[in-house]
Amino acid sequence: MESLISIQDVRFSYASEDETEQPTEVLKGISLEIGKGELVAVLGHNGSGKSTLAKLLNAILLPTSGKVLVDGIDTADEEKLLDVRQRVGMVFQNPDNQIVATIVEEDVAFALENMGVDPVEMRERVDEALKAVKMYDFREHAPHQLSGGQKQRVAIAGIIAMRPDCIVLDEPTAMLDPQGRKEVMKTIKRLNRDYGITVILITHEMDEAAQCQRIVVIDHGTVRMDDVPKKVFARVDEMKEIGLDVPQATELVHLLRESGCDLDPEIITEEACVDALAKLFSQKR
Amino acid sequence: MLNDITLGQYFPMKSVVHRMDARFKIVITLLYLVMLFWGQHIWSLVAGLLFTIVATLCSKIPPKMILKSIKPIVPILIFTGLLNLLMLDGGEVYWHWHFLKITEEGVQTSVFMIVRICLLIAGTSLLTYTTSPIVLTDAIESLLSPLKKLKMPVHELAMMMTIALRFIPTLIEETSKIMAAQKARGADLESGSLVQRAQALVPILIPLFVSAFRRAEELALAMECRCYHGGEGRTRLRKLQSGLRDYVALALMLLLFAAVIVLNTMTK
Repeated sequence: MESLISIQDVRFSYASEDETEQPTEVLKGISLEIGKGELVAVLGHNGSGKSTLAKLLNAILLPTSGKVLVDGIDTADEEKLLDVRQRVGMVFQNPDNQIVATIVEEDVAFALENMGVDPVEMRERVDEALKAVKMYDFREHAPHQLSGGQKQRVAIAGIIAMRPDCIVLDEPTAMLDPQGRKEVMKTIKRLNRDYGITVILITHEMDEAAQCQRIVVIDHGTVRMDDVPKKVFARVDEMKEIGLDVPQATELVHLLRESGCDLDPEIITEEACVDALAKLFSQKR
Repeated sequence: MLNDITLGQYFPMKSVVHRMDARFKIVITLLYLVMLFWGQHIWSLVAGLLFTIVATLCSKIPPKMILKSIKPIVPILIFTGLLNLLMLDGGEVYWHWHFLKITEEGVQTSVFMIVRICLLIAGTSLLTYTTSPIVLTDAIESLLSPLKKLKMPVHELAMMMTIALRFIPTLIEETSKIMAAQKARGADLESGSLVQRAQALVPILIPLFVSAFRRAEELALAMECRCYHGGEGRTRLRKLQSGLRDYVALALMLLLFAAVIVLNTMTK
């Protein structure tokens, strides 16, 4: 797979306010390759450095040492700053705090206005982006009339209007109700599948991570695991030690295996779990 | 209660006045205001009244809305009216008691004043009723853009206004949440002396400010992520466009204005 983002031995420390103190190192040598069109989940407990990692991807922060290359462009190159930001869009946790304009379509146009896109082309791209997140019918609404999930989809539309290669979402569902979560996850997956946009999803929700193609587990500023969801979640004990959960289905299978049932440890979805259990029962009978 | 505050007073409709270029509407409103206070002749007031009526009819805004906008200033009208009526001296004396008297000039001036203020409010409300706040901001930015040459941060000011407008409902919602949270902890917001009530607001304002700052920081980050780098080289989704109707309206206004000046010189 062609590489889109290349993170090369990146270290990052926040300068501490007290000059005599050692700066705290948040990322301790991370190397990752993100391929074009991938759907990657990044897991890690609070303070593991996953949000910092996200901010390094579009030059909001620059690595203390090491390099981040986006489509071959070094994020430290100041002249190419806007190119990097256009290629890697970012969506944050709180949808309220990333909507700038008082009308949905004006907000979606915000990035394009900044990039100096011609108004005629802008109109097309705004409509296209709103249709892609299924918010076209709400284009003339005020943001405060929308639900959390809808607002988050507008925020996503504001990013994809830039036609980025990659979207980084920093816990986009953390402040939403279950309905909003479902809407947003569906949108993210559709953008990845139908539009070929690379997605990096930072999340706390194991069920969301299970829907991705690849999971990167960050722990204490290093990459602890980097594999397909099945393999990552099969390491139940290790995940618990890091302070992370596994999907309920995996946990159930794990417990049953410990008490001697013959089950596949790589089960991560409820459906697969139900099938496996049904099969087990019919064998026992 | 807090949810009742609407964004500006915009009254969306499809009318000629709504479709007019907001820049022209602002300029015409300004001319209209100057005209009202400059005109000394009774016909100037009649002209202003006619203009307001015609503009209201064209805008399809229910006249009730315009009257409603005048309602809050009725006490001011009564006050200025009485003051002018009783204090001014000149012409025929109709009635007098100690230092108070009603004279010809007093009656004239107070009627003039009341009509003027009513027309002023009606005219400016018409502007805000027919123009959405965001378009108004754009128009102000566009009208002030020559000041950019004098290093005035015109774009930044307009951006600040837009963001303020965007966050009014958000912060109102937040205020009601904080008020509910403080009430749940036993805060008393409704009783006590004025000083006590003002003090009771502190535990609401502090969390509100803290959260506003946090929001500002996150919003700045989100704006940077969307390539925001100031007003340079920016384009707009909705361009302000002026057409024939705008020029016709402006021409009419200028004609009225000229007529008022002519009337003024005639009375002198």
